[in-house]
Amino acid sequence: MASAPSKLYSDDVSLVVVLLDANPFFWAAGAGGGNHPAATLPFAKFLDHVIPFLNSLLLMNQLNQVVLIATGINTCGYIYDSGNGGPEGSDNVSEISSEILLRLEEFVCKDRKIGKGTERAMGGSVSSLLSGSLSLALCYVQKVFRSGAIHPQPRILCLQASPDGPEQYVAVMNAIFSAQRSMVPIDSCVVGVQHSAFLQQASYITGGIYLKPPQLDGLFQYLAAVFATDLQSRNFLQLPKPAGVDFRASCFCHKKTIDMGYVCSVCLSIFCQHQRKCSTCGSEFNQAPREPNSASDTIRKA
Amino acid sequence: MARGGNGGSGRKGDERTKNEEEDDEEDEENGGRELEAWERAYADERSWEDLQEDESGLLRPIDTKTIAHAQYRRRLLQRSVHGTSRIQKGLIRYLYVVIDLSRAASETDYHPSRMSVVAKCAGTFIREFFDQNPLSHVGLVTIKEGVSQCLTELGGCPDSQIKALMGKLECSGDASLQNALDLVHGYLSQVPSYGHREVLILYSALNTCDPGDIMETIKLCKKAKIRCSIVGLSAEIYICKHLCEETGGLYSVALDEPHFKELLLEYAPPPPAIAEYAIANLIKMGFPQRGAEGALSICSCHREAKIGGGYTCPRCKARVCELPLECRICGLTLVSSPHLARSYHHLFPVTPFNEVSHTLPIRLQQKFPQNCFGCQQSLISHGSKSNPHVSCPKCSQHFCLDCDIYIHESLHNCPGCESQRQQGT
Ligand SMILES: [Zn+2]
Ligand SMILES: [Zn+2]
Ligand SMILES: [Zn+2]
Ligand SMILES: [Zn+2]
Ligand SMILES: [Zn+2]
Ligand SMILES: [Zn+2]
Repeated sequence: MASAPSKLYSDDVSLVVVLLDANPFFWAAGAGGGNHPAATLPFAKFLDHVIPFLNSLLLMNQLNQVVLIATGINTCGYIYDSGNGGPEGSDNVSEISSEILLRLEEFVCKDRKIGKGTERAMGGSVSSLLSGSLSLALCYVQKVFRSGAIHPQPRILCLQASPDGPEQYVAVMNAIFSAQRSMVPIDSCVVGVQHSAFLQQASYITGGIYLKPPQLDGLFQYLAAVFATDLQSRNFLQLPKPAGVDFRASCFCHKKTIDMGYVCSVCLSIFCQHQRKCSTCGSEFNQAPREPNSASDTIRKA
Repeated sequence: MARGGNGGSGRKGDERTKNEEEDDEEDEENGGRELEAWERAYADERSWEDLQEDESGLLRPIDTKTIAHAQYRRRLLQRSVHGTSRIQKGLIRYLYVVIDLSRAASETDYHPSRMSVVAKCAGTFIREFFDQNPLSHVGLVTIKEGVSQCLTELGGCPDSQIKALMGKLECSGDASLQNALDLVHGYLSQVPSYGHREVLILYSALNTCDPGDIMETIKLCKKAKIRCSIVGLSAEIYICKHLCEETGGLYSVALDEPHFKELLLEYAPPPPAIAEYAIANLIKMGFPQRGAEGALSICSCHREAKIGGGYTCPRCKARVCELPLECRICGLTLVSSPHLARSYHHLFPVTPFNEVSHTLPIRLQQKFPQNCFGCQQSLISHGSKSNPHVSCPKCSQHFCLDCDIYIHESLHNCPGCESQRQQGT
């Protein structure tokens, strides 16, 4: 069924763009054993949960489409697109699995090759390029929107392991707002050590589901029970609810999380202490910091 | 939420009900007669505007995709010329949108009338404005029968503004620029000194009927650092041009509805910050955390007990329902960090991409990638010639024209640059 009549795209047909974290530093950290998640769930086992999940998405509805994007530390790239399969038997489960494994291996090699020489400079915990793979996923989703009035319902699923990279903050937020404008939910399944404040906000803002599974050896069950549900069916299910979202800001000067601070009126940069000059835009602040709402000041000034 | 694609049956059902309605209407005495098909084609679709003459004098449909891309590039390059010097933008704006509802707004050169086109576009504009300037404030003012009236006060909620506007769509009498400016001047003198004061007038009339000397009012506005901009719907008027020039605003006159919308939306991105217009300042703000679901508390804004959600003021611990706002109890400005982050793309815009020439010899073109880096769409059209596309000067990845527009207008990230390890991190 290469080209299905368009009316078959009912509202439970999904396009799932899966972002797979292939951070070698994270997955290698499990070798030492201990409490690290990668010790209970090494990369190979992780794939044993994820690839059957992708296959089950494709089997749930013959019009469903799955796109897999790998998030590396030096590059991001498309791994698999079920829409590209030839008309003869790409439905074959074992063929899909071996194609994904092969392309992933190529990707990991490429990722390592690009990073040659800079490895020593990076410390122990290196973040993956989440902003890159999110941007790719959103470009792909826009292509689906352009393809016509009738298309599968797109959503993005982040399988994130490594910690957030503070330097990606602006880019990740840009991607989140763009997803929100196009009404594309971002689901997040965090298998790493800590919660991801980026993905908590991404799922909250775009109306997706955020989950950090407590038992990693049952990952497939979490994926199948929570993240396989299409957007239409979510209205009828009791899915995990967010347990508070961290909306506190981090200051530009120390990257410290604060709940009160000073904001530059020109560029909205956040500082934890009063400054003479804004380090982002160069504006100089001559007056004492003021609080809005003090009417006397505003009238005098005007 | 069936989205139109719910099989053939749903659509057929719709058609049937429509037919019944039409039958009913025929029984009635021609009351709310719908337009005939041939009338509709002319009135609604303006189908002649989709045609253009080619070199040999034949009528051809306009290649809308290339035109849209050319328009977008013009906008983008214009913006980057303005924005290269400094990353200072007026991000905290206090804007009054003044809508001319005088007799002239009932003219039907815009379909169905100037008034309804203005209202429709103003609604789109207000939404886009808040999307791009989340910490800003908008108020609405109307001009009707020679007087000016405040429709909504400066506020941060697009829905209530649009609702108020749609409820007040009647036009009559003369238009008075001076009355409108006087009213707005009074309101804008109150706003904090770090805010940018702006007036955007959507003016249908060809004259202004004023009680006094409008030149005095223009001087007052200039003194109060209020930028006045006007989008006209009829023809250029000297006094409008004078007002905009004096106060540092922009004046433009729309040709038709799409042009009007385009001109209007140009006011949505924040203007460059001009030091003399607004005084840079540090504002103390609080970043409340969202409460866990199911917690019971009394909110300070509605004075009601509410379960779940809500935010807690970090200074006085009062509960509020929505952000951004000023705490009712202690006056601290409360925002969430995403509110601020929504504006950061103005500070770090994506560099414009370069057009890749497709007139290069095929031998050179073969070195180009086959697919768009963003969406994987093929860049090769039939005959192995590469389609017009663009490439990022920083990461030298190639992108299709659709991705180019999406990246610069909505995403604000270059997927190629983001897929590279940044130096020095
Ligand atoms: Zn700090
Ligand atoms: Zn600043
Ligand atoms: Zn309330
Ligand atoms: Zn308070
Ligand atoms: Zn593309
Ligand atoms: Zn780039």
